[in-house]
Amino acid sequence: MDVHDLTAAYALDALDPAERGRYEAHVASCDRCREELHGFWQVAGSLARAAGGPAPPASLRGRILEQARDERPNVVPLRRRITFPVVSSAAAVAAVAAIALGLWASSLSSRLGDAEGDLAVLSDPNARTAESKGGEATLVVTPTGEARLVVRKLAPAPEGKDYEIWVVEQGTPRRAGLFEEPGIAVLSRRVEPGQQVLVTLEPDGGVDVPTGAPLITTTST
Amino acid sequence: MRRRDHAHLSDEALVILVARSDETALAELYDRTGGIAYGLAYRILRDESLAEDAVQEAFLGLWRTAASFMPERAKASTWLLTLVHRRAVDLVRREQRRRSDPLEEAPEPATESAEDDAWLRLERERVQGALAQLPDQQREAIELAYYGGFTQSELAERLGQPLGTIKSRMFAGLARLRELLDDEAERPSWTFTT
Repeated sequence: MDVHDLTAAYALDALDPAERGRYEAHVASCDRCREELHGFWQVAGSLARAAGGPAPPASLRGRILEQARDERPNVVPLRRRITFPVVSSAAAVAAVAAIALGLWASSLSSRLGDAEGDLAVLSDPNARTAESKGGEATLVVTPTGEARLVVRKLAPAPEGKDYEIWVVEQGTPRRAGLFEEPGIAVLSRRVEPGQQVLVTLEPDGGVDVPTGAPLITTTST
Repeated sequence: MRRRDHAHLSDEALVILVARSDETALAELYDRTGGIAYGLAYRILRDESLAEDAVQEAFLGLWRTAASFMPERAKASTWLLTLVHRRAVDLVRREQRRRSDPLEEAPEPATESAEDDAWLRLERERVQGALAQLPDQQREAIELAYYGGFTQSELAERLGQPLGTIKSRMFAGLARLRELLDDEAERPSWTFTT
């Protein structure tokens, strides 16, 4: 099946979650589909305005504003125009943010080679998230332990160096992947609740035992 | 009378303020689009409390993620309605609250101001006029998908057609609608940051 064909169904929200993820991963790198999607979204917007339906109860406005006030807005700028909405653990947020998160996250992660996997983890409504101590990164862990580290505030690794991710198992840091710059980093090791995930700066290709001080410290919830 | 400090701003400007955690801007956006959003969610969900959930979650999604959108392609209200629609179809699928007849029209909306009312009525007539010009099968596929919340696979089963046929009908129908609506269509001004 040609993924280009899914643009209309995507704009109408007529895809199941797997197809949706596949399309979002595709559209990030397909100019033709993105162009078409923007056009179809406008048509869908017209369909939305024509939906009719009753007026909302007066109490809804106050409830939305009250909840917004109670929440700390958690959007942190990431280099120039790009910004990253931090994933909340609430199922509702994940679902609602899926479009925002999916489309640009997949464009970011396609450079890292696993857009669909990233999307599946980041938009998993049951995923748990944990902020790093300094707010540089967010750890997202699915119920099966699959994890991504969304790194926002960190300089690109200097020449000859990589950032290395560690999962601390019973006091021992275990290698869990490398990355070079802020973005969505894949953890090669499953993460259990309560485990620490650290990032250190290491020589290119990484090492077996961390040599640097942790630059990012998170604890899985 | 509510304070409307931001009444003079465009929707797009309001989203920029929402990205900076301006609650007044969020309130203004709700006043402008909350009614349409709720009407849409209700048409899909046919349940007041679920429709409220869908709208609330979409607006809070906006509150949390507004900074990830760029003013290039889609109108801010279109983006917001996209969030509402996505949330509503996710809920209707989860709740298995499929109405026997999702094509049945919802009651006339009651909006707050006469001005909004007139504009919405015109927009609704325009879109319904365009829908009426589609071949029946294309219109059916689009209405069942968009207002009924059916996936393309469910539609194929329900209508007894191959999946490819359903996809073609949705695609051809949307492309035709785009042409029909294009004359007075909104000028693109916002896009996602991709």
